[in-house]
Amino acid sequence: MRFLNECKADATADLVYRVCPMHLLEPVDLIKDLKQGQVLEILTDYDGALEDIPAWCAKNGQEFLGVGEDEAEDFYKLYIRKLH
Amino acid sequence: MRRVYLDHAAATPVRWEVLEAMLPYFSERFGNPAAVYDLGSEIKDTLEEQRARVARLVGAAAGEIIFTSSGAEANNLAIKGAALANLKKGRHLIVSAIEHHSVLNAARFLEKFHDFEVTYLPVDQHGLVDPERVEKSLSPATVLVSIQHGSNEIGAIQDIDELAGRCRAQGVLFHTDAVATAGQVPVDVQSLQVDLLSLSGPGLGAPKGVGALYFRDKLRLVPQIHGGIQENGRRGGTENVPAIVGLGQAAALALGELDAKSRYLARLRDNLVAGLKERVPQIHYTGHPLRRLPGHASFCVEGIEGEALLFMLSRQGIYANTGSACASKALKTSPVLTALGIAPDVAQGSVVFTFSQDNQEEDVLYVLEQLPPAVERLRSFSPVWRKKVAAASGA
Repeated sequence: MRFLNECKADATADLVYRVCPMHLLEPVDLIKDLKQGQVLEILTDYDGALEDIPAWCAKNGQEFLGVGEDEAEDFYKLYIRKLH
Repeated sequence: MRRVYLDHAAATPVRWEVLEAMLPYFSERFGNPAAVYDLGSEIKDTLEEQRARVARLVGAAAGEIIFTSSGAEANNLAIKGAALANLKKGRHLIVSAIEHHSVLNAARFLEKFHDFEVTYLPVDQHGLVDPERVEKSLSPATVLVSIQHGSNEIGAIQDIDELAGRCRAQGVLFHTDAVATAGQVPVDVQSLQVDLLSLSGPGLGAPKGVGALYFRDKLRLVPQIHGGIQENGRRGGTENVPAIVGLGQAAALALGELDAKSRYLARLRDNLVAGLKERVPQIHYTGHPLRRLPGHASFCVEGIEGEALLFMLSRQGIYANTGSACASKALKTSPVLTALGIAPDVAQGSVVFTFSQDNQEEDVLYVLEQLPPAVERLRSFSPVWRKKVAAASGA
């Protein structure tokens, strides 16, 4: 897993406390509205997202940039760059 | 015998236009909104249309509405959901002493199982919460303030924009239970400055078993019913589509009729209040005289038991309430009336009338004809009342 100190995002999907598989469904919708090269940030407290999001990127040809570190928060920040 | 139903706060018949809109969703339009084929996706579209209709009633965006099974569930989701989503900020909650049980017991749950500290704010003799007092009760650990918009027991309408505005200025979330007010008076989440607002179907002429929670855009809530991705992952359980269609239809009708309905109900209420004050000695109008629900008249009648009066009225075809069914069934003095500072013996004589558009002026006249002799008869049985009258006359 790649960890990022800082990553600027063009859009955010806030899925904190929202049940699985919202962490896959809503990003898929949001990424459609992004331009190529733009970055989507996914906020989620679901541990399974750490596997599911990179796997989804690999399957769909998008770039998984990594997980943002933020010790003040108790959720994950995952970043995807839209490639197509 | 004439039948006069004046307990609309407890139950309201489903409006014919609402029932008509619902019927196809019990049979030919039965699909699950989560299904990917057209029988499901059409239902999903219908659900979203209803979400927009409910949102319009309260001045919100469609994406800010979560459908629930009741006003009580909406209150639970608002209070427990918002409190648990903000544990990092603190564990302090503020509610008023006259909230509905679904608010008070949700607060007690947080006290008992999540170490929350809950401040129960008093009210004045009219049932209003003092905004200064709310502001003084806020602390850095306060995560949520919940104060009802209107009381179904005493009819009082709180100054929510003032109360919520003060909380917003301090960065504290504010929830209001608008179950009693939605569809009765204008309810607009922007002007009320609330972050969360609960409403329910029956008060609008929709069926029981459906409600909704408004949550300000992007507010995080911990789900209270864990399940699938219904309601965008915020509330599990396949949606009660027919009831939600009923709620949407009722919300659209309510919005169009609001002004005329409020005026009509207020006229019936005022005539009842004036008539009873004139005809019944020692009757006290509870709640605020002006800031109140248009179709709501609540009283404490000295020297009688509210339950006994209801029984006598029902024998004449008049159906009313004592205010709080739970409290009256437990033979306890109503905590709401106690919070107003009403003495227990007076509070025992509580009687509440709630009107709908189905009521007419003749209904008021019938109550004015039947209630005074019923009170007189009950008082004639009461040794306490006889002693009181004798003491007053110096005998």
